[in-house]
Amino acid sequence: MSGGRIPASLRAQLASWEGFLLLVVVLLVLLNALASPFFLTVQNQINLFQLSVEKIIVALVMTFVIINGEIDLSVASVMGLAACAFGWLVQEGMPAGWAIPLVLGIGALCGAFNAVFIVALGLPSLVVTLATLIAFRGMARILVEDRGIGDFPAWFDRLGQQPLAGPFPLALILFAVLTVIAFVILQRTAFGRRVYFIGSSREVAAFSGVDVGRVKAAIFVASGLVSALAGLLYAARVGAVRGDVALGFELDIITIVLLGGVSIFGGVGTITGTLLSILIVLNLRNGMALANITGHIQTGVLGVLLILSVMVPAIRDRARRLFGAREVAR
Amino acid sequence: MFDRIPAQTLRILILLAVFAAVVLFFSAVIEGYLNARLFNRISTSVAIVAMIAVGQAFVVLTRNIDLSVGSVVGCVAYFVGGLLAAWPGMPPVLVVALAVLIGAGFGAVNGLFVARFGLPSIIVTLATLAIFRSVLVESSDGSSITTDRLPAWVPGFAQANAAEIGGLQLRWMVVVALAVVILAHVFLTRFRAGRQFFAIGSNPDAAKFAGIDGARTVFWAFVLSGALAGLAGFMFLSRFGNITVVAGLGFELKSVGAVVVGGVNIFGGSGNVIGVLIGAALIDLIDTSLVRWELVSEFWREAVLGLLILAAVVADTLLSRRLMARRRRMAARQGTVGAEKRA
Repeated sequence: MSGGRIPASLRAQLASWEGFLLLVVVLLVLLNALASPFFLTVQNQINLFQLSVEKIIVALVMTFVIINGEIDLSVASVMGLAACAFGWLVQEGMPAGWAIPLVLGIGALCGAFNAVFIVALGLPSLVVTLATLIAFRGMARILVEDRGIGDFPAWFDRLGQQPLAGPFPLALILFAVLTVIAFVILQRTAFGRRVYFIGSSREVAAFSGVDVGRVKAAIFVASGLVSALAGLLYAARVGAVRGDVALGFELDIITIVLLGGVSIFGGVGTITGTLLSILIVLNLRNGMALANITGHIQTGVLGVLLILSVMVPAIRDRARRLFGAREVAR
Repeated sequence: MFDRIPAQTLRILILLAVFAAVVLFFSAVIEGYLNARLFNRISTSVAIVAMIAVGQAFVVLTRNIDLSVGSVVGCVAYFVGGLLAAWPGMPPVLVVALAVLIGAGFGAVNGLFVARFGLPSIIVTLATLAIFRSVLVESSDGSSITTDRLPAWVPGFAQANAAEIGGLQLRWMVVVALAVVILAHVFLTRFRAGRQFFAIGSNPDAAKFAGIDGARTVFWAFVLSGALAGLAGFMFLSRFGNITVVAGLGFELKSVGAVVVGGVNIFGGSGNVIGVLIGAALIDLIDTSLVRWELVSEFWREAVLGLLILAAVVADTLLSRRLMARRRRMAARQGTVGAEKRA
């Protein structure tokens, strides 16, 4: 070993995709901190997360979906449907405390609906969730039509808008808790290993006795449930809902996950990668906002990032094949 | 008795039957439903979607997907509109050629990433969906194209009839769209270059061994999809005249819907653009008719559309699985393997 002082395991970590992401995060934070003296204050960081908290919560469960070799394009529509169903139920006179579990149930049902077609009928998740992207959004529009519904109970709005513990609002605490749960499930449990196993080879997993259908169904139901939760958080944060709540969020969510090193072909990726990617996207958006770059352009830049995130590993693999000798030496 | 009819023909017959059933249903529940205006309205809006969907069909046949078409339609409509506002004297042929070329350029960007760099098309086109739209937003600076800035022949084209029989108007736009569908159909079914799209989608490895350049075929599928979206962008400009930065939003879903409802296998390798045309017409028919049905509000359109697409995929999958199983049984009985090839 020529590199002497740095342990091999640490070097491998730094050379990995996560190491690269970490570098980018540090760079972006430095740039942002130099651009604005208020950037590194706790309050600004909380605002930064709070503005996209619904998306990053869904990104956690999307990590499972994509590692499992599937895709869920319907998440943003489930968020919209959940928010609108909540608004509609409250407007019709149901106490918000009862509406919340009911709406979470609706979200799980949406996920189960997707799962029936994907698991039981064996249809491609891309097509199924593209159709339900339209259908669930349509249901949201049936509920609220072209109105906006507000006037939620004060405690509900407060949960979305005020700090709950210290300076941290509820959504952020939920995000932290869910991150830990997602990390433990994916990286430390047998279920997590099965998610990877199915993603890298569905047939081998099935022949090895893994109940592929059950794992996939569980993930899609979880995806619906978490999306509904995110929709509720959105309703609480904004204090009103409309038919176009979270419209187009699926692009941002999938971009975050893929940028985090999760392979669209399944089997590869980590929650750590997704978390680093979340930091990158949030910092980048913050930086672009500071530089007066508007929302549409920000999304365009994310699109460029998305292509780069799949292109760089592809090029790296090609380079590795060309200079294969180095790999053998390790 | 259905065994003798080829699977593709059977599928189109089923689609036509569903189409007829939907027309009958709505004419029973909506008063004064069947009239010339309905035909004129639906045929014009189908003309635009059908063209985009034919391009999408080429892409889907090769096992890919093009989610960026809506943004391409918007960009082309806006850029061509801007050019026309600046130089109203441009000859119409040049304008249409420019629209197709700009569209093909966008398609080539997708094709380059998917075919040359081997990136998954869903990621590439999801990204270019956002990138092309942001190009449009950036270059427009928030201003929009208005009808009064365009030369009179542009909006005039959308109104011009090729033929008229008792109120039923056959617009030139519809003629162009039909021509595109027929040309695409002949190309796909009768030409060697057309069959290659099926070969790549049905079995990429076998196609490669047969000497087909997979990357090139996929690249051209995306270029075609972009070019047709560009042509549709010109039609869009002609039909609506007022173009904002959100023009063409949602065409990606409509075109994928039409392709899937029209019986093109989402895993590639099989399908028929005549089916795609009927699929586009069916979706538009339901879309337009639901607005006029008193029992449901117009807000039901999306929900019904989504469920319709889902139903079409389920029906198509179950149907073709049953068909394949039957063919295998028959082939086994006859001791031949030739029967499977025809599916």
